[in-house]
Amino acid sequence: MKILVCISQVPDTTSKINFIEDNKAFDNQGITYVINPNDEFGLTKSIRLQQQEQAEVVVASVGDTSADAILRKCLAIGADRAVRIDTQPQDGLYVAHQLASFAAEEAFDLIITGRESIDYNGGMVGAMLAELLQIPFVTNCINLEKKGAEIHLEREIDGGKEKLKGEFPLVIGAQKGLVEEKDLIIPNMRGIMQARQKPLTIRAAEELEVSSSTLNYEKPPAKGPVKLVDPENLDELIDLLQNEANAL
Amino acid sequence: MSVLVYIESQDQQIKKSSLEVAAYGRAVADAMNTSLIAVTFGLAYSELLSHYGVDKVCNVQTEGASYFNLSRHSATLARVASEEKAAVLIVSGSANGRYLGPAVAMKFEATYFSNVIGLPLSFAPLKVKRSCFTNKAFNYSTSHKEKVVLSLAANTYGIFEKKVNMDQRTVQYASSTSTLEVVSEEKSTQQVSIADAEIVVSGGRGLKGPENWHLIEDLAAVLGAATACSKPVSDMGWRPHSEHVGQTGKPVASNLYIAIGVSGAIQHLAGINSSKIKVVINNDPEAPFFKAADYGVVGDAFEVVPVLIEKLKTLKGN
Repeated sequence: MKILVCISQVPDTTSKINFIEDNKAFDNQGITYVINPNDEFGLTKSIRLQQQEQAEVVVASVGDTSADAILRKCLAIGADRAVRIDTQPQDGLYVAHQLASFAAEEAFDLIITGRESIDYNGGMVGAMLAELLQIPFVTNCINLEKKGAEIHLEREIDGGKEKLKGEFPLVIGAQKGLVEEKDLIIPNMRGIMQARQKPLTIRAAEELEVSSSTLNYEKPPAKGPVKLVDPENLDELIDLLQNEANAL
Repeated sequence: MSVLVYIESQDQQIKKSSLEVAAYGRAVADAMNTSLIAVTFGLAYSELLSHYGVDKVCNVQTEGASYFNLSRHSATLARVASEEKAAVLIVSGSANGRYLGPAVAMKFEATYFSNVIGLPLSFAPLKVKRSCFTNKAFNYSTSHKEKVVLSLAANTYGIFEKKVNMDQRTVQYASSTSTLEVVSEEKSTQQVSIADAEIVVSGGRGLKGPENWHLIEDLAAVLGAATACSKPVSDMGWRPHSEHVGQTGKPVASNLYIAIGVSGAIQHLAGINSSKIKVVINNDPEAPFFKAADYGVVGDAFEVVPVLIEKLKTLKGN
């Protein structure tokens, strides 16, 4: 069994978001980059399958040299090898094409992406990768179990979950629930030492036309101060919600 | 040319998020001076759509079409979009809408934009505003392709009625090209889902333990609200993960969000930022949530919430 986990690096979840160059670029200053949390749930699941099914785990990311640190962390967590596709990610389709051209060369049984990145929030790379490779896709995936040749999956839907059955190859969009938060692996010293010996291959990117571009960014307008209501006077709160906010 | 909208239904009812998509589609069609076409799946009566500006509805009546199937739904939509010469195809921001959007975009050879807010700012080339960084920012994006698929951010546009004469036609459901099959669907016992709720009542660590959740549930019940929780609460197993709202949990775009005993970590606030009115009840006046909220009560949840429930019961009783 061979698994590909697609990784994107994103600003740490506590980051303050600012823009520079006339709001055309993200301000990197003081930003710590981490593995996209949804991708990390997927990576942890892949390490479990590595242990249970002797699967080989390959991680791949589309990015410049700044992505190497994140890929080394994935190796320290337990991935067997890493591939960096050497180009700036342009849009979701561009990234999906780059990943697909790599994935088409190796017979992966399972390809894992996060359900979305927490920076661009596109939520499209997994679905597009699946379409390009012509294999089925399950997003918002909260469970995956292999029972012989059958793969049992669960997808979170609005107000519940859906159970599905299929077979490899598959693409899934991982999220919290696929593994628990407490199961996320913090690399230990041995893992970090081993990661230095594991292969991190740099792959040339495909030349592609870009189908969309970000023109500029904007921050939401600053919010006014909170209106405080005395806990002894909750009638006022109800009145405000009813008549001022029109929310009841 | 035309504008196409995907209409989602559940138990033969058109979802509210899809009525919003229809109203939005009408405005896009007006701006492009073209017609609005809707596609329904396994919906017996689609006349309601004529009240939301739909000029023509294409109904998939094949048995089993009311069950969502990514392969069959996306192939059907892409085919109808080609037949109707659609330039813009719109889906809602529901779980299924966001699942479908990028798959249809690939089959239809269109650019896909998710989390779209408001009407496109221009049409040739198409330019949209979308939310990013989990609602901490917006970006303006443009498509270099002529065809686009848009996923509308939930509860951002509004529902507007417009009565028109509507044509109907029946369309064939595409066959599956996937090895995946749906085995079953489990709905939670909650009356309203977080995605569809007008009001969401959320509890945090300040509630001290799962045994106190009746406060959240009772308040939600009197308001007809969905219940939610903060990340630590779901991580500690007090509440199921499906209730966790925030950056790595579910996004909330309700009209009213009431947070009780939730401190308001930046990741939590990001997830609930697109809710319209935010209320916080917390005994710590320094809790960061007070900076993000519209209304706040500095007080003990165990004293404030029961009083609030009683007052609301009286109000709703009248």
